Amino acid sequence: MATPAIRTFRRLEGLFCVYKPPGVHWKLVRDSVETSLLKGVNTTPSRPLPREIRFLPLQGNETGTAKEITVSAASVPVLSKHPLVTGPEFQNIKVGVGHHLDAFSSGVLVLGVGNGNKALNNLHQTRDYTLEGEFGTATDDFSHKGRVVETTTYDHITQEKLDKVLAMLQGANQKALLMYSRVDMRSQEAYEMAVQGLLGPEGKSLPILTDIRCIHFQPPSFTLEVQCLNETQKYLRKIVHEIGLELRSTAVCKGVRRTRDGCFTLQDALTRNHWTATDIMGAIQQQTCSSGNTDVFVSRKQDFHQDTN
Amino acid sequence: MASSFAQSLRCRSHLCSKTVTFTIQYFTQFRHCTTRRGPVALNAASFINDNNTPYQPRERGKQQKCYYSTVKHVESEVKESKYSKDLSGMDFVSVKSPLSQIRDVMPVTENQISLNLDVTPELSALEEISDDEAITISVPSAIPPASTSLKEYVDQSETLSKLVQLGVNLWKLEQRPNVGSMLLRLDFETDVVPRLLFLKDIGVEDSRFGYIITHNPFILTESLENLQSRVKYLKSKKFSSETVASMVSRAPYLLNFSVKRLDNRLGFYQQELSLSVSNTRNIVARLPRLLCGSLEPVKENLKVCEIEFGLKKNEIQHIIIAVPKVLTANKKKLTQIFNFLHNTMNIPHRLIVKFPQVLNSKYLRIRERHLFLQYLGKAQYDPAQSNYISLDRLVSLPDETFCTEVALATLDDFYLFQKTL
Repeated sequence: MATPAIRTFRRLEGLFCVYKPPGVHWKLVRDSVETSLLKGVNTTPSRPLPREIRFLPLQGNETGTAKEITVSAASVPVLSKHPLVTGPEFQNIKVGVGHHLDAFSSGVLVLGVGNGNKALNNLHQTRDYTLEGEFGTATDDFSHKGRVVETTTYDHITQEKLDKVLAMLQGANQKALLMYSRVDMRSQEAYEMAVQGLLGPEGKSLPILTDIRCIHFQPPSFTLEVQCLNETQKYLRKIVHEIGLELRSTAVCKGVRRTRDGCFTLQDALTRNHWTATDIMGAIQQQTCSSGNTDVFVSRKQDFHQDTN
Repeated sequence: MASSFAQSLRCRSHLCSKTVTFTIQYFTQFRHCTTRRGPVALNAASFINDNNTPYQPRERGKQQKCYYSTVKHVESEVKESKYSKDLSGMDFVSVKSPLSQIRDVMPVTENQISLNLDVTPELSALEEISDDEAITISVPSAIPPASTSLKEYVDQSETLSKLVQLGVNLWKLEQRPNVGSMLLRLDFETDVVPRLLFLKDIGVEDSRFGYIITHNPFILTESLENLQSRVKYLKSKKFSSETVASMVSRAPYLLNFSVKRLDNRLGFYQQELSLSVSNTRNIVARLPRLLCGSLEPVKENLKVCEIEFGLKKNEIQHIIIAVPKVLTANKKKLTQIFNFLHNTMNIPHRLIVKFPQVLNSKYLRIRERHLFLQYLGKAQYDPAQSNYISLDRLVSLPDETFCTEVALATLDDFYLFQKTL
């Protein structure tokens, strides 16, 4: 009983990522993706209307006597099943969002459609960010658009000092990582996990930066690359602010850009012109093919196999 | 045709209270109804005049067991009995539906539901009756007295099926309160047809009827004299007939407004913007919904242009004659675009006024393209210098043409750049 629209929808179920532009709320992104998916699914050419036999009267004479009325059978389409009467087949599609991105930031945003939403809960992997900072000012919300609280000089800052501060930060975060993993550090189990790289915090914990380094330094501006877990974008802007404080100056964050979310990279992200049903379908198919062995996609893979049968 | 046919029907039995008579165009196969209580006249015309309770069933007195037919059942019967044009000698099959007696809404009849145990024996289904009697039997159709959706009535109602064939989106209309019942009460011949003919006379194309009725179903309840007087008024203001036709097809609510209101608005645009009569006609013809909406947002937009943007009166006039949509645009978005153009791209007022279509485009589009050009070192918007890029080319070209001609880069590069913002 699957109509062509339902078949199109089945091909759309899964995970994919989009590139969220800065200045846009993530809900707007989710809504526009849902609207374009609905458009794509509802415009699949549907089956022709079912027909039924009705008996239409043919009036032979106009004498008005009931005897003259004859009836002929005619096949007439059933208008109560017409899309203009029943409405579109799909009136909403469940599109879920993975880790949120606030309006100031931009970058890779993972979205799930239909059954793919179940896999969104299992994305417990690190994320990569690129933070752009600028020395010299401090604002109330740590970004360059906030209200300026103080201004300082920054001539004394050098690359080595910055690297020292970053190393200190990384050390503190490493300690936090070990603490939150809730494994006894002296056991064999901990050693084996550390060897395989599975040592990580259990469940929701404080944000932890697993890696932080400076990729560009040109005072007053600098760029950091950060790998983290359980973070929020405001926390990352605060990190930039604190780095400024550690260097006995001040810094604001000019941009937060997520370059990777788990196994979704910038390369797979769809830009705004590609938020159409066909492009999203292509991205989802590509994602399921490429992620052969990842645990994240176990549930998705099962659905995929069922659908292709 | 349909009403005369319906009036000629004489039903021998008491119909169940669920009968609602519509102007039915076709009827289903007859079913045999019992009782010998005497004929009750079906009055189809009375239904149309009864505007109070279109959904309420009619009480027909003490009811008896009535046999209902369904269309599908008819089909199977037809195939089995090889039904042809000749009505004599048909097979009657009685379908008992005791629930039908309970389905009515009127409380009075509920008291009268009682199994009449000493009823006279019913006629056998296989008894042959004359053609007269066969034709007088009519089956009450299984239409619910009240429903949240029009799809249950569309097959039986001539008005609704004709509207669907015109392309009216009934599903959208039934979501609006009271519109569904209003449409059901309309009669196609007397209400809908004269107005559609009137629209055709003005010059509106047939393919637009569906769009117009979907957006403004109340055009079917507006009186013809009013519609004609408003068209006459517009023509008296020197709008040509094609212009009036295009205005009505693009702004379906236009003809529902009184002449006084239309006059008020035309006067407002002429005075506030100090436009000449022909210019006012021009902008109203291109954006007819200026005459339909409220004037408050327009006044606020004008204030924003004057005070926040610091545009002079003649500059505002020029912008509005070129892009009338600025009058109904969202204030915040307009301010955002103007802010970006003036402060970030450093474009002077006179250039913005020269290319007013930038105020009509999307902010993200302007931002991405400008930053791309800046990255390539080509962001030069001053006509006095070389390699000048005009604002209209920046904004109105599609992506591919923009990349190849203006930015001299590939489309993929542009997408890659978008991912670095």
